[in-house]
Amino acid sequence: MSTATALDVNDLHVYLGESHVLQGVSFSVAKGGVTALLGRNGVGKTTTLRALMGLVPRSRGSVEVQGENVTRLPTHAIVRRGIGYVPEDRDVFAGLTVEENLRLSERGGNGRYDLVYDLFPELRERGRQRAGTLSGGQQQMVAIARALLNDNDLLLIDEPTKGLAPLLVTEVAVALERAAELSTILLVEQNLGVAKRVAEHAVVLDGGRVVYEGAAGELLSNPERVRELLGVGGAGH
Amino acid sequence: MSTLVLLTITGLGLGALYFLIASGLSLIYGLMGVLNFAHGAFITFGAYAAWWITTHVEASAEAELILATAFGLVFGAVLGALIELVFIRPLYRRPIEQVLVTVGLALALGALVFGIWGADPKLFPDRPGEEISLPSWMIDTTTILGARIPNDRFVEIAVAVVVLAGLTAFLRFTRIGLIIRAGVENRSMVTALGIDVRKTFTFVFAVGGALAALAGVLSGIYFSTVDPGRGTSLLIFAFIVVVIGGFGSIGGSAVAAVAVGLVQQYANYYAADWLDWSGAGDVAVMFLLAGVLLLRPEGLAPKVAH
Ligand SMILES: Nc1ncnc2c1ncn2[C@@H]1O[C@H](COP(=O)(O)OP(=O)(O)OP(=O)(O)O)[C@@H](O)[C@H]1O
Ligand SMILES: [Mg+2]
Repeated sequence: MSTATALDVNDLHVYLGESHVLQGVSFSVAKGGVTALLGRNGVGKTTTLRALMGLVPRSRGSVEVQGENVTRLPTHAIVRRGIGYVPEDRDVFAGLTVEENLRLSERGGNGRYDLVYDLFPELRERGRQRAGTLSGGQQQMVAIARALLNDNDLLLIDEPTKGLAPLLVTEVAVALERAAELSTILLVEQNLGVAKRVAEHAVVLDGGRVVYEGAAGELLSNPERVRELLGVGGAGH
Repeated sequence: MSTLVLLTITGLGLGALYFLIASGLSLIYGLMGVLNFAHGAFITFGAYAAWWITTHVEASAEAELILATAFGLVFGAVLGALIELVFIRPLYRRPIEQVLVTVGLALALGALVFGIWGADPKLFPDRPGEEISLPSWMIDTTTILGARIPNDRFVEIAVAVVVLAGLTAFLRFTRIGLIIRAGVENRSMVTALGIDVRKTFTFVFAVGGALAALAGVLSGIYFSTVDPGRGTSLLIFAFIVVVIGGFGSIGGSAVAAVAVGLVQQYANYYAADWLDWSGAGDVAVMFLLAGVLLLRPEGLAPKVAH
């Protein structure tokens, strides 16, 4: 079945402990390009990505990847539908070498090493180094490289520039642009400069629901809307 | 001096048994979060399976021993895999129930051995009419620095060293090994890479079962008998080894197994010799455990934090 959307999320509800974090989240991600998933701190962006991955239990709602309902599939099966995931806390395997981290994530045995080493030449040099001994920025490169290594249709990327020095932020942004030529990306990004640079579409969460779905540029070039929806410059939530 | 040498090599022999048991326990806990109390049943059943086959064949002592070891090993692997598939897998993501099931299995399987073969120890291997049942070179001694060491101790140590080398190489150089090492660190991230980590669960249970059964067979050689309580008594010390060594670490288990075996032997002998106190070995092991936990609560080789 061919559809125009890479991802359809419908009425997603997630409880974490007692708190009802996602209260009916619905949105679509069109094929191609970058869709930014935005919202104030603690609003549930990470939880949304984890729910799409099947990493947290969903109490209601459905998730469709390329028109196929994956709601009931286990995480590994969802991923094999062509999804790459870059988690917020990077989650590289500290005891494994860089090369082992990449090899582990390779599915089907034709990893795009040329692509990832082209984007992050450091990773080739540090292939035999344990990932736990890398700097935060280098670990982020490993985390992104793991997702780019396979020919994925959809990448779920959670705050890839968090805590990085400005020079590294640029390097990551370049990698995102390059990745966007190859896959559809759903990107959680608090650095609005980066979001503005790479994203065409935006989805904003607030109060456990989607409160904005539309063009990224329109939202991000309107300071009033940004303050209202994202609380930037305000007191947060 | 000769006493110290004898104690050391005997302690290493005992440590070898602990290591074989602890390495499987440690991998199972490290990967799956299941404290496998049924591991003792692998030891006992492995030992009895090996003994049982020797009651059914008549061959040279060497041939019987090799056959018995192979049979025990396979039996342990199959038992481990079956227990994972039938009892552990349906309780995926319910770690407390999984542990309770292993406790139940330990009790049930222990009772089963007791029911089938009774409480009395069996001479191992079973070679009726033979004067000695083990190959004679194993019972002979080798003199090292004046100490007369029974040769079977060297067999136990050598087997453990080979297993240590093999497991280490396996974890380092194979894809399953890579998945296991990564899974010990962060299981959900492994699934987020599209890997069905549950497939490795059956595998580590089979390996754990095989190695525990091997320890059971070797304990049959060490003590010349098999008995229904064998698994339980060895398992306690293997648990201590796992805690001292750090869950999920094979190298840590090896170091801790040697330490526990040596401390036990030294304390047993010297406390009895100097203080007329028997059974000090077990107390000394407890002190070793307490000491390590005070200094390094995560064990010698903790899971890599991140
Ligand atoms: N295990 C948990 N149990 C209970 N509540 C949780 C748990 N994990 C997260 N939460 C809460 O769920 C809410 C959503 O968290 P989430 O990490 O998805 O937000 P986020 O939008 O990604 O935030 P940030 O911008 O800080 O990354 C937060 O209020 C958080 O406190
Ligand atoms: Mg987050």
